[in-house]
Amino acid sequence: MKLVYFAWMKEKAGISEETVNPPATVTDLGQLVEWLKERGEPYTSMFQNMAAIRAAINYEYVKIDAAVGPDDEVAFFPPVTGG
Amino acid sequence: MIRVQAEDFDPGAELEALTKGNAGIGGVCSFIGLVRDIADGERIGAMTLEHYPEMTRRRLEEVEAEAMRRWPLEGCTIIHRHGRLAPGDRIVFVATASAHRRAAFESAAFLMDWLKTHAPFWKLEETGDGERWVAARQSDDDAAARWADEPASE
Repeated sequence: MKLVYFAWMKEKAGISEETVNPPATVTDLGQLVEWLKERGEPYTSMFQNMAAIRAAINYEYVKIDAAVGPDDEVAFFPPVTGG
Repeated sequence: MIRVQAEDFDPGAELEALTKGNAGIGGVCSFIGLVRDIADGERIGAMTLEHYPEMTRRRLEEVEAEAMRRWPLEGCTIIHRHGRLAPGDRIVFVATASAHRRAAFESAAFLMDWLKTHAPFWKLEETGDGERWVAARQSDDDAAARWADEPASE
């Protein structure tokens, strides 16, 4: 599973993307976030306030209960500020 | 037509390209977003727009199709820049062309409200105190929310 980060999440992560292999029990986005936070920093600070974070799976906006699988590209970022 | 690019664009040339050869167009509405030199009371030296290229492309294609579906448009141009920009620089260009003005005005406003709240871009401002990521505004969400229902445009 590919994870990509943008804006301040990228800065906190220290990287723009990474490949992770969560266990098979991780089947939705909420479980993925919990699994990442269990790994400690920088994930605990990155995902401290989920209200301040948006997510996309395979380039589509999704909610926290969206299903995720090993072949997905999951993006985490703050609310967008373009235009 | 959608473009995401680092380089500047020529609004006159874009309008010409949008309307050329189509005498069915009775009106064009365009909006150009510029970098301001003051934000939240602080002077801005420059800003950098970061984006998520593949998602930007897909989502912009989707919203362009949505505008064409909702309004009787003859054409539509969306250009969004990324990279480092200085105050006064153009950031974004939206132009819509239709037989009549109402569809052009409404769809241009719809596209800008959507870009503000859904296009995956993030602004990093350079101030005298260092860099800061721009926070999203509730007023932008409210502006976008008014398009949740279909427009009354005929």
